[in-house]
Amino acid sequence: MTAPRNTIGPVATSPATPVALRIAGLSKSYGTTPVLHDIDLDVRRAETLCLIGPSGSGKSTLLKCLNLLEQPGAGDIWLGETCLTAPHADVDAARARIGMVFQHFNLFPHMSVERNVTLALTSVKGMGREQARVVARRHLDHVGLAAFADQRPGRLSGGQQQRVAIARALAMEPELMLFDEATSALDPELVKDVLAVMRDLASGGMTMAVVTHEMGFAREAADRVAFMCDGRIAEIDTPDRIFERADHPRLRQFLSQVL
Amino acid sequence: MSSSSPPGLASDALLNTFFNWDLIAQTFPRLITEGLLNTLVIAAGAIVLGVAIALLAAMLLLSERRLVRLPARIYVDVFRGLPVIITVMLVGVGLPAAGVRPFGTDPFGYAILAIGIISGAYTAEIFRSGIQSVDPGQLQAARSLGLSYLKAMRLVVVPQGIRRVLPAMAGQFVKDIKESSLVYLLGLAAGQRELYFIAQEEVARTYNSSPLIAAGLCYLALTIPMTYFVNHLDRRLREGPRPGPLPAPADPDLPKPPLQPAGTEGGGR
Repeated sequence: MTAPRNTIGPVATSPATPVALRIAGLSKSYGTTPVLHDIDLDVRRAETLCLIGPSGSGKSTLLKCLNLLEQPGAGDIWLGETCLTAPHADVDAARARIGMVFQHFNLFPHMSVERNVTLALTSVKGMGREQARVVARRHLDHVGLAAFADQRPGRLSGGQQQRVAIARALAMEPELMLFDEATSALDPELVKDVLAVMRDLASGGMTMAVVTHEMGFAREAADRVAFMCDGRIAEIDTPDRIFERADHPRLRQFLSQVL
Repeated sequence: MSSSSPPGLASDALLNTFFNWDLIAQTFPRLITEGLLNTLVIAAGAIVLGVAIALLAAMLLLSERRLVRLPARIYVDVFRGLPVIITVMLVGVGLPAAGVRPFGTDPFGYAILAIGIISGAYTAEIFRSGIQSVDPGQLQAARSLGLSYLKAMRLVVVPQGIRRVLPAMAGQFVKDIKESSLVYLLGLAAGQRELYFIAQEEVARTYNSSPLIAAGLCYLALTIPMTYFVNHLDRRLREGPRPGPLPAPADPDLPKPPLQPAGTEGGGR
């Protein structure tokens, strides 16, 4: 594999830290309806990038394009040195390097909490069952749920399930974590614990791309915030500039509605 | 009720035709020693064959490509649409007559094949609906962890889909057990007779229908426990293995030794 190509220049600020993920010229349509227009974006190593914007602006679709759960119509995606959109790219291997947390948790209900975490360790990484169990316990312990290892996910609260989902993704030791509205389906009193885990992760140096409606989280935990509308990244800047000195009219309108 | 009047005699005749206990008791030993086993062999063979065909056909039915779906669709529509007796005769009499004799002259093999083909068509639709009812997020989550499509289906989606349709499958298995009696049409040698065949021989010999009642009881002894067993299994799988008390959650709150994510050793922020 060659180094990421450098043909596109609109990444205005040159990254101070190496790029974990680079998107170039990404477009996508559902049928004849375009949902993403020619998006260029870098996610820098160890940064937390929050994607905000009105519903239908393409945030979740963009996030799902990053690990090819959605097939982009055009454009390139580079994960480190690997081009995911190359014709014969090993997409499964790339996905194993990218953790993803979903809005509705998507835990496997027919497996124990522990097996949820060990499944990919044993069947993707080829780890032995015992070693995988040790890894799973460590990650479950970190989110405070080791005591639930033998339970079925259905017996846990939404917030607990989401923390298991985070542990499941982290156990694969991903280079990058994607969060797709991870707290949107939770009761308000359960949001706090999940955000605490995400904050801890962000300050621990994980590279994260976070689609969120939690403006408080974006303001405090993000290194950069991207505002999306109509399938484009309209603004991308530090949380400070986005929240305090918004000059894009659509961004001002959006913030006045959610804050 | 007076017991000596003509209505009493008529009901005696009725009782004798269906519930001649001597005849029933006389038929039972053969039913149990010979018939039950043969019925089970045919039914189990057909069920195993049917499930195998159904898994393959269901995967084809779920394909996004029309050309892949088409053969499975035709198979399902044809063999669900044909009367069972026609399929059994086509396979059991037609195939050997055409020179295709994978089982020689053994009617068992042809009966298992015919009933398995029919069962597969029904079970394929049951599997397809079950698999389709699984939340697409399950496949997405499995794929996002790096599982291939086939692994994700095998380990995550299909097990959930099949669990959901267990009661429907129990119904199909009951049908397979009952339809194993159609091997009668193909003729059976001594030692091969299954429940219905034995009962029918006795009926022909005695002109009394009680042996059919005896055979019917044997079928019920197979089908009813199986239905309850599958329903029990269904409940167990739904509720999970150990419904013990929930442990108290630990406080997720940090600070704990932070997990070191891959690739972040060097560049701090």
